[in-house]
Amino acid sequence: MTQRFTLTVDGKSHTINADPDMPLLYALRDDLGLNNPHFGCGLAQCGACTVQIDGQAARSCITAVSTVGDAKITTLAGLGTPEKPHPLQTAYIEEQVPQCGYCINGWIMTAAAFLRDKKKPTEAEIKDALSGLKCRCGTHISILKAVKRAAEMMG
Amino acid sequence: MTKFEHSSAFTRRSVLLGGGALVVSVGAAVSLDTLLSLQAAYAQGAKPPLTPDQLSSYIAVNADGTVSAFFGKMDMGHGLHVAIAQIVADELDVPFKSVKVFMGDTANSVNQGGASGSTGIQYGGKQMRIAAAEARRVLVEMASALLSTPVEQLKVNDGIVISGADATKRISYAQMIGGKYFNVQLDWNKQFGNTLYAPGKAQPKKPSEHKIVGQPIKREDVGPKVFAQEDFVTDVKVPGMVHGRMIRPAIAGAVPVKIDESSIKDIPGAKVVWDKGFLGVVADKEWGAIQAAQTLKVEWSQVDSPFPEQSSLYDHIRKASVRKRSVDKENGNVDDAFKTAAKIIEAEYEWPFQSHASMGPACALVEIKDGQVTCWSGTQKSHFVQEGLALTLDVPVDKVRVKYTPGAGSYGRNDADDCAMDAGVLAKSVGKPVRLQYMREQGTGWDPKGPASIHKARAALDASGKITAYEFTSKGFSRIDVNTNGGKPHDTLAGQTLGVALKSGDGFGVPAESYAFDNKRMAWETIAPLLDRASPLRSAHLRDPVGPQIHFASESFIDEVAATVKADPIEFRLRYIKEPRDIAVIKAAAEKANWDTRVSPRRDQSGNKVSGRGIAYSQRNGTRVAIVAEVDIDRSSGKIWARKFTVAHDCGQIINPDGLVKCIEGNIVQGVSRTLWEEVAFDRKSVTSVDWLTYPILDITETPAEVNVVLINHPDIAPSGAGEPSIRPIAAAIANAIFDATGVRIRRVPFSPDRVKSALS
Repeated sequence: MTQRFTLTVDGKSHTINADPDMPLLYALRDDLGLNNPHFGCGLAQCGACTVQIDGQAARSCITAVSTVGDAKITTLAGLGTPEKPHPLQTAYIEEQVPQCGYCINGWIMTAAAFLRDKKKPTEAEIKDALSGLKCRCGTHISILKAVKRAAEMMG
Repeated sequence: MTKFEHSSAFTRRSVLLGGGALVVSVGAAVSLDTLLSLQAAYAQGAKPPLTPDQLSSYIAVNADGTVSAFFGKMDMGHGLHVAIAQIVADELDVPFKSVKVFMGDTANSVNQGGASGSTGIQYGGKQMRIAAAEARRVLVEMASALLSTPVEQLKVNDGIVISGADATKRISYAQMIGGKYFNVQLDWNKQFGNTLYAPGKAQPKKPSEHKIVGQPIKREDVGPKVFAQEDFVTDVKVPGMVHGRMIRPAIAGAVPVKIDESSIKDIPGAKVVWDKGFLGVVADKEWGAIQAAQTLKVEWSQVDSPFPEQSSLYDHIRKASVRKRSVDKENGNVDDAFKTAAKIIEAEYEWPFQSHASMGPACALVEIKDGQVTCWSGTQKSHFVQEGLALTLDVPVDKVRVKYTPGAGSYGRNDADDCAMDAGVLAKSVGKPVRLQYMREQGTGWDPKGPASIHKARAALDASGKITAYEFTSKGFSRIDVNTNGGKPHDTLAGQTLGVALKSGDGFGVPAESYAFDNKRMAWETIAPLLDRASPLRSAHLRDPVGPQIHFASESFIDEVAATVKADPIEFRLRYIKEPRDIAVIKAAAEKANWDTRVSPRRDQSGNKVSGRGIAYSQRNGTRVAIVAEVDIDRSSGKIWARKFTVAHDCGQIINPDGLVKCIEGNIVQGVSRTLWEEVAFDRKSVTSVDWLTYPILDITETPAEVNVVLINHPDIAPSGAGEPSIRPIAAAIANAIFDATGVRIRRVPFSPDRVKSALS
């Protein structure tokens, strides 16, 4: 049976009817029509579906929609805009990071939560924070450059 | 045809009146006949047929002066479209920003082969260059008549043709043809695909005249990606669309014999599509389709487990009957030379099945409306998917449009083409547009695999340690058990599950290098697939098809011989390599890496953590790459950190150096991943690598600390490819570095910690 849920996504409120067990990913993509995050594995192994829930990076592919409650959900689109980009988005463009770009949500949303809480991280700390995320095109070198660049921008 | 503007600012009336857009100097002797004949000859409102012999199939000048380039290949993440725009802009003398490249839409581009063999620039760019040059020639000729000025006195700046003698005599491309189609015949070689070539009368510019080619121009599609504004194929939606999922058997080769459709009756819109071995479901919502695929009760046919134990894979290859043998290169008398050898060195190397394991499993959307089939796909080869859909759905090919839409990464014949066909079958069956996305276990478990293989190398040495004979033979599964595109139903899961006659192809390859040995033979042998129909281990192209496996073996073996004769690995290679460009990349890599000339292995290390350096080199369709790898090894854990790479890369003329470096970096990291971690696991029933835990790839914590790229630019040598060559020598460079560090030779990929630890103990 479906239930009614109200989700706050990127500052806007949306009401949907959904199976309580349905992962948040499908609410965002199908019910709200957002083009991000992406389905990568459905197993919380890759990060392509990452959003922030109350500021914490979360894998929306295994987050049941019923567990979100009134928490604030932020997607990549809500992190920044071309007019007001998040430093990671600026750094990603400067470093020309993505190849296919399908993995972006995981890296940027996870790194954004990390850099907010950790100023001036070492390279080892950055790597540890991002460990487990997947990029199949092998853009790891550019990802690390971009996160370091964003870390500098964020002081 | 998005972005193409049909409105014309250049009407017959405006020409006749000499006003409006036209600026023709007073008194210019342009007859009406000239103008009208020019119109008929070069510009027209009705679109000429979309055939390779029409200039309009590649280039259009829009009413606003922008240029559309219609490209029958597509970018797979390396920024190919940027390079193509640079080439077109340079030849046309228009600003880079005014060129927009449309890729891989069968409705507005001809079949240039899709993304294929790193030929985006090598062949695709060559055609776009010659087409743009012809467009410029025609436009200048038109301007010459309109301005009553000889062609030789005209120059072009930013799409405006100007008289060198009288700058008031000027006319823009847009004024002459903007919004109309070129009506210019090209001299097409009657080839489709990579080899398609259709020049006009124009000669392309000399490299010394290039202004935009060679510049490090950035990709404009990065912004939309990081702001989540770009549509991937997974994001496309059409009205009335339903969601599909496919169901695969637990034992490969089994087919459904009984379905209980009532098991999914509570899921809104749930419907089963079952025909022979083809089994899928659709539902109104995506979550519903996923649940339906998981819930549907299916009884499968009883079949024998099709696969050997994974541990006996290489024995299977060794013992299997040879289906096809090909000696691709031979000189001298190899057999006689081995008989008189003072010493013979032999070794055998093994490479596993590997998965494309794209970041997301494939997705496609197929809409069938009024007899017209439209497919959105992340395929590398949309024109072949167009043909495949026509055959699979039994409709004329001109009733099928495939719109390439970027997918979740592609490194060859991944699961994209299978998905497009499956989506087509579902859409035809349910009479609604179907968006099909595979699940992760299907993306990794059921994509066509890079073939597993063994490689035997032997060298005959004379008493002085000189190689007098060399033989290299690969034996493995075919790179084209299923072909590199989904153009034929026998090459896709849909066709195979629906029962079409099979047609497994035979192909492999031999090392690409320039070692000059007096007696040399290089051959390959293919064997039959383990399961001939709808197999999760069917083999096909995976980035640099069979290149990594072949050169892992051949470049490891050269190192083994060098060590045997106690020669420095680079010095030894240079005794035999003859091609000057090959020598140059090796020397460039060595110099940049500050190569320590000595015999491997090192003798100066003890303790648990040791380091080593290794070299490997190869050619690939004109491109040359040499790689020095520096690795650290933890002997107790067996863990390898491929810490530093120095890559010297020569692909002829460089179109965009920054894009090229990014492309190479991706090759290196993916190559390290393939070398250290990747191996498709399977049991007797099916593939058991079904996610990122069972098919691990390189983690960010294992990223090389440095990848230093030395680009060798040859502006006067036509560009060759860069999308794959630098993944080719990586495994050997790492293997050679491990040997240098430890004295232990590892001849089986991947170099996972367990394997390394056991090899070192």
